[in-house]
Parts: sequence; structure tokens; C-alpha cells
Amino acid sequence: MTKAQRPLSPHLQVYRWQITMILSTFHRGTGVMLSLGLLILVYWLLAIAGGLDRYEQARAFLGSDWFKLPLVGWTFCFFFHLCNGIRHLAWDTGRGLEIHQYHASGWAVIVVTLIATMGYGILVIF
Amino acid sequence: MSFGTALNRALELISGKGGVGHWWAQRLTAIALIPLGLWLIFSFARLDNFDYLAVTGWTRSPINSILLIFVVITISYHSQLGLKVIIEDYMHIASLKKASLVFSNFLHVGLIAVGIYSIVRVAFSVPL
Repeated sequence: MTKAQRPLSPHLQVYRWQITMILSTFHRGTGVMLSLGLLILVYWLLAIAGGLDRYEQARAFLGSDWFKLPLVGWTFCFFFHLCNGIRHLAWDTGRGLEIHQYHASGWAVIVVTLIATMGYGILVIF
Repeated sequence: MSFGTALNRALELISGKGGVGHWWAQRLTAIALIPLGLWLIFSFARLDNFDYLAVTGWTRSPINSILLIFVVITISYHSQLGLKVIIEDYMHIASLKKASLVFSNFLHVGLIAVGIYSIVRVAFSVPL
């Protein structure tokens, strides 16, 4: 059987960008970033198990100035994926499926994510 | 051109993949990761400057060791389920898709193994 070479949906170029599709893309994107974070978490655990010298090597790397930006990024990804994940779980129970509710919960996710990320940053610094 | 039977050709056209198990596992790990994830990152916030003694002391405590093992297993499982969907959606070359899925599965099982080994090793080590 030969497959017709039809274009695959969705045709992103014909859509106006809306919050729903942006958040959906972000959920996958932050998920992939958090998978990378899992690699760092396990590397860190292995370094702890490796003894003082091995741990200090890892700390020099993970605690370096340039690594602060990825850490802030992971914090953002964590809170976004958490908040939007709760939104997904609510949908799974049949709640919040009206268009206006999609938009309201979407904006709520953005606001809570930004506040939580900043709040966490303040907590870590002080 | 496929040389299979008519039944095989028909089966190629419908989704013969399981989905319910994946769906449930994704939700259950997601729910578990709400408290576990928050516990992990707020523990990080309280670890004093990530000093070696503070970190080993924290890891060694029985409740933290057990929760960390839970975290590593649950995150790895959730990550494997999520990446599976992404690989299936965006990898259009069948052989590469299969290879990526196998690689991802091995990687996640490996992460669970290394993670548990590390936590247990610290948990049973003698404090400095």
C-alpha cells in the first residue's frame, strides 16, 4: 500500500498564535528541559556518592556563575510544568473545558509560574 | 509494497498500540510528582550552600533517602513516558523512531539504577 504524501496537520502557518497553543508547546518544551534536569540530578547524586573530591568537582561545575542561568531556567520549567500539569489533570476530570476557562486558566498558569519562580529565587538568595 | 496477509495490511491501518496504560501511568506519576517535586526543590533551597557535609547529612537521613529513591524512580518513569510521546510524534523515520525509543528506555532505566546506587551508597556510608 502506498501512502499519499498529504501534509500532516496541524498547519501551524495558517493559525494565529494563541495562548492555548503556546502553553501546549511550552508544556512539551519544559518537559524535555526537565528530562535534561533529571540527568543533572542523577549526576549530582553520583557525585555525592563519589566522596568529597568528586563532589567538590561537581559543585565547582554546578555552582559556577555561568551555570546560574540554566538553574533559573530549570526553576521556571519546573513551576511551569507543575502549574500547567495541574491544569491538564483538571481537564482530565472534565473541568475547565470551556474556551473562556482555557484562557483564564492559561493566564493563571503564566502568572503563578512567574511569581513562584521569582519567589523561589528570593528564597534561595536570602 | 508489503507482502503480508490482507489481515496484516488492515492492521497496519488502525492503531494497534496500547494507550490506556500509558495514560494512567502518566497521570499517576504526575500526581505523585506534585508533592515529591515541591519537596525536592524546597529541600534544595534549604541545603546550606550545598556544602558537602550538609548535603551528605541530608541525603543520609532515612526519610530523605527513601523520598529521593521515590523521586528518582517517579521522575524517570514520568520522563520516559513524556519523551516517548514526543519521539512518536516528531520522529517520522520508523527505524530512527524505534532506535530513539529503545535508547530512551535504556537511558531512563540506567538513570534509575545509578540514582538508587548513589543514594543507597550515601545512606549506608559512615559519616565523616
